[in-house]
Amino acid sequence: MLKLPIYLDNNATTPMDPRVLEAMLPYFIDNFGNAASRNHSFGWKAEEAVDYAREQIAALINADSKEIIITSGATESNNLAIKGVFEMYAAKGNHFITVETEHKAVLDTCKHIEKLGAEVTYLKAREDGLITIEQVEAAIKPNTVLVSVMYANNEIGVIQPVKEISKLCKSKGILFHTDATQAVGKIPVDVIADGIDLMSFSAHKMYGPKGVGALYVRRKNPRVKVTAQMDGGGHERGMRSGTLNVPGIVGFGKACEICRLDMDADTARISKLRDKLETELLTLEESYVNGNREHRLPHVSNMSFKYVEGEGLIMGVKDIAVSSGSACTSASLEPSYVLKALGLDDELAHSSLRFGLSRFTTEEEVDFAIAHVKEAVNKLREMSPLWEMFKEGIDLKTIVWQEH
Amino acid sequence: MAYSEKVIDHYSNPRNIGTLDKSSKQVGTGLVGAPECGDVMRLQIEVDEVTGIIKDAKFKTFGCGSAIASSSLATEWLKGKSVDDALKIDNMDIVEELALPPVKIHCSVLAEDAIRSAINDYRVKNGLEPIEDSKKHY
Repeated sequence: MLKLPIYLDNNATTPMDPRVLEAMLPYFIDNFGNAASRNHSFGWKAEEAVDYAREQIAALINADSKEIIITSGATESNNLAIKGVFEMYAAKGNHFITVETEHKAVLDTCKHIEKLGAEVTYLKAREDGLITIEQVEAAIKPNTVLVSVMYANNEIGVIQPVKEISKLCKSKGILFHTDATQAVGKIPVDVIADGIDLMSFSAHKMYGPKGVGALYVRRKNPRVKVTAQMDGGGHERGMRSGTLNVPGIVGFGKACEICRLDMDADTARISKLRDKLETELLTLEESYVNGNREHRLPHVSNMSFKYVEGEGLIMGVKDIAVSSGSACTSASLEPSYVLKALGLDDELAHSSLRFGLSRFTTEEEVDFAIAHVKEAVNKLREMSPLWEMFKEGIDLKTIVWQEH
Repeated sequence: MAYSEKVIDHYSNPRNIGTLDKSSKQVGTGLVGAPECGDVMRLQIEVDEVTGIIKDAKFKTFGCGSAIASSSLATEWLKGKSVDDALKIDNMDIVEELALPPVKIHCSVLAEDAIRSAINDYRVKNGLEPIEDSKKHY
């Protein structure tokens, strides 16, 4: 039996895996200790649980557990990485390089440090959402201290050439940070092989609880340090103070362990479903996949259905939970800045849906989604003046629109 | 964001979708909005030659649910009205009827603009001066 609505917005957040919840439960009431309490068994138990979870987290990304700085999530991790480097390496330089299509947690943090005197270069992504190593190289200056490029994009799922970028950075003595929130747990991420110095990621994007994440901070070759943005008891090697969220961290650890063990099987199954969804929806006339299809996360598909407006479409597909690149609901009428940055026509940017599948998505659900979306797109096109013009062979670019 | 029941009703069962012969002298066509703004409305009226009453109205809209509902409602209200009475339809009437939230008021404005634009098209076709827009929205 299908339970409606069907959740296909797993890039926003994932449901928790029941195994994760089970692991967390003992740490709310029975083992409630403060992991920093050194004088009694309550504290020791909590500390032991955190240590174990840290090992599980580190194992997923091939790091050492001492390199895992626990935070409240990827937004905090991005803030800590960028602001922390800005402060810690101020004597070395103040130039940062990032990309226009990054998450707001990176972009707005960069805007913040710009006000404090940093200089930031925002690289323009190509039409397929990727940046090239040549772009990074051309942007590097003698005073560049950090390059921050996301591992995989949250809207279109494209995977950036992280390995090549980090290699370039290393050869120039520049630190490399990546926001890997969408990638960790979904595709193999290896901080050694990928040459990553700092990496942000979050539990709730990989079937773990909300409110907990981590910043990976490299300890060797080179030893990286960031200035704490949260001062206090000196937790997390002095880089992030605050009593540890023990149940959250335990859940994060468990989520990482499950992802590590199940990743291959999950990916094989989910990517097949994603491909089915995409192939079927591409049979609709004037439908497009946004972003590079080859270098892409296995569970994401961002599609545009031309001549249909995204928000209207979202309303039409009320039995599935997806997100639209059109942000007509907010005060601004701007469509997704990521899709705009790729140079998409406004009609296409306004007509997009992001599908994000998960470990729990079934084939039956995907079949339902396919039929549901097709029906809604067809219905809305029947009432779209743009579709009628397109069908009559009128080039919409030749029309003088009465802009609002 | 939750839509009102009336918006959902018009969205799910839009009234008067369609196309009238825009070359006919009795038909006035208004096309307002722009694809890059995320909404385009086309509203058409057909005026009875003898009585001057709007005997048919059709629309097609590219936009969010509120934009679709606003234009659907507009066509309902237009039918049976004289052209002069049609000009009295105010966007705030649409806002009220559909219980549009503040962020969606622009949808009703667009519908009102579409009505005026269709009427002016009809007037010009029939040798009349276009109505000066007292409420210029764009």
